[in-house]
Amino acid sequence: MAQFAEPLNAPQTVDITSVDSKTVVADVGFTWLVRVFAILAGGLIFGIAIVIGRQALPSVQQFGLGFLGSQEWDVPNLLFGALPYIYGTLVSAAIALFLALPIGTAVAIVTTEDILPANIRAPIAFVVELIAAIPSVIIGLWGIFVLIPFLTPVFTWLHQSFGWIPLFSTEPTGFSMLTASIILTIMIIPTIAAITRDVFLAVPKTQRSASMALGATRWETIFRVMIPSSASGMLGANILALGRALGETMAVTMVIGNSAFISASLLDPGYTIAAVLANEFAEANDALHVGALMYLAMILFALTLAVNMLAVVMVRALTKRK
Amino acid sequence: MTASNQPQSVAPRNVEIAGELTKPLSPTRTLFSMAMNVIAFTLAGLALLPLFSILFKILVEGLPHLSFEAFTSLPAPLGMDDVPNGFANAIQGTLIMVSLASVLSIPIGLATGIFLSEFSKGSALAGVIRFLVQVLSGVPSIVVGVFAYAVIVIPFRGFSAWAGAFALAVIMVPIISLTTEEALKLIPVNQRLGSAALGATRFQTIFKAVVAPAIPGITTGILLAISRAAGETAPLIFTALFSLNWAEGLSSPTPSLSVLIYNYASSAYKEQNELAWTASAVLVGLVLCANILSRVATSRRIQLR
Repeated sequence: MAQFAEPLNAPQTVDITSVDSKTVVADVGFTWLVRVFAILAGGLIFGIAIVIGRQALPSVQQFGLGFLGSQEWDVPNLLFGALPYIYGTLVSAAIALFLALPIGTAVAIVTTEDILPANIRAPIAFVVELIAAIPSVIIGLWGIFVLIPFLTPVFTWLHQSFGWIPLFSTEPTGFSMLTASIILTIMIIPTIAAITRDVFLAVPKTQRSASMALGATRWETIFRVMIPSSASGMLGANILALGRALGETMAVTMVIGNSAFISASLLDPGYTIAAVLANEFAEANDALHVGALMYLAMILFALTLAVNMLAVVMVRALTKRK
Repeated sequence: MTASNQPQSVAPRNVEIAGELTKPLSPTRTLFSMAMNVIAFTLAGLALLPLFSILFKILVEGLPHLSFEAFTSLPAPLGMDDVPNGFANAIQGTLIMVSLASVLSIPIGLATGIFLSEFSKGSALAGVIRFLVQVLSGVPSIVVGVFAYAVIVIPFRGFSAWAGAFALAVIMVPIISLTTEEALKLIPVNQRLGSAALGATRFQTIFKAVVAPAIPGITTGILLAISRAAGETAPLIFTALFSLNWAEGLSSPTPSLSVLIYNYASSAYKEQNELAWTASAVLVGLVLCANILSRVATSRRIQLR
């Protein structure tokens, strides 16, 4: 420290209360800049809502609520109805959540419990989370060239053995609602696994030890202590995953088959709101067609907004408690 | 149980408990534990399988065609074998749009992160903004694409790199904001107090005592946002569209790697499918590097603390 080598006996008078105008300007200017940008970032979501709402307004007035219940989608005759898309979006996301919940929770348990040594657990958690980083279009590409050839014999077997159940009642082609659900499952497992893992890690060690000390086995502790005490966080994780599944576009568009009719069979192709937006927006020329697509975008936006707000509130309540 | 017969049962029950302690677990409980272990490992293995399958397939399909000319030439017209085949224009388009989106989103994201972390003590505004930004990060990217379409494509009557970059910027802002906030929160409060006690203004404190040491964390967040933007397809297909030629300025349709993969994935021609796999190898390589790098940077920072 060179400064201390100099003699300090010379009295130095520094007025620490004086501030030159440059610093003040920088300080005040910076404060305002940061505030304005932050408000801008927060306001983006309102911007999206207002812009899409305004674009959708003409078709909302024209089609009314009947749009939601109509199954007609005939671009040349300008007949538009949203039901098959809403149905496909909800059903594919629901099946994905149903499949991903046990798998994601299992990953969270395997990566937090001490069944495996810690230096194996951490890489597993990292690799599972890496799936979330892979662009959705590449998962779709893999879906077309790897998953569908793999699933087609399985689907054929399902159809032949369980064809009497309406869910498997049609001849499979590979591109189907079930394929899309499986792709979505793969894509939302990292979300569920990562958040559930955090939730499990937040459970106090003493609570686990108490349960073990009373003679419970590991799995009894997991089922009777860990899961009940992290239930709200797990619910938040799954709602967040549901939001992702509802809005996922590319991978689903590439494997769902894009056919706008409602079928009880999961082996039939389907369609989702996100997929129809991806397929038709670039070619939509007619104002009414664009309007109908904007109406669909508004429905998807409202749906995911509600789900996400719920998830954010739940996950936030949890982190506060922690 | 009545009070009168409790003392009588004490002695035998103690013996019973002592016996219970040395007895092995009942077969049902042992079986339950083992079965749950098997189920959990099977399900966790199932979760790992897709990633390995994807990476393996990309290595097998993508790498053999990864050549120098893939990075320097345009997509060859169908049926012409002796023409160099590549996706240089898509790389160029992705670079243009991602850079433009970074220029738009990094200042806003950084400022928002700083605001949330440094100006938020007891402020209701910060809580509201954090909530809105978190919700924004969950908005489907296709909806962001529709937003960009309405804001830029409709008024300017055309697909453009601007529209694509705008959509990507909207996706990047929440990622940068939230990771910056996290990175700044890791800086101890004492460091801020120390700086303030030395007479630094708020501006000086934030830049020299808080942001400067948090730069590794902030860079990580920006890197993650860039890698996410580079892989996004949904917000580009009807904002930037695609083109088989070099990008012609910022206000005309612009190709991108991700849209190229989408277009060529469902193509009936094998050469185009191969090109999609090669482009995937490039894109996945980029994204994985960014993620692993950021993971390394973050773990080192946490170890330093």
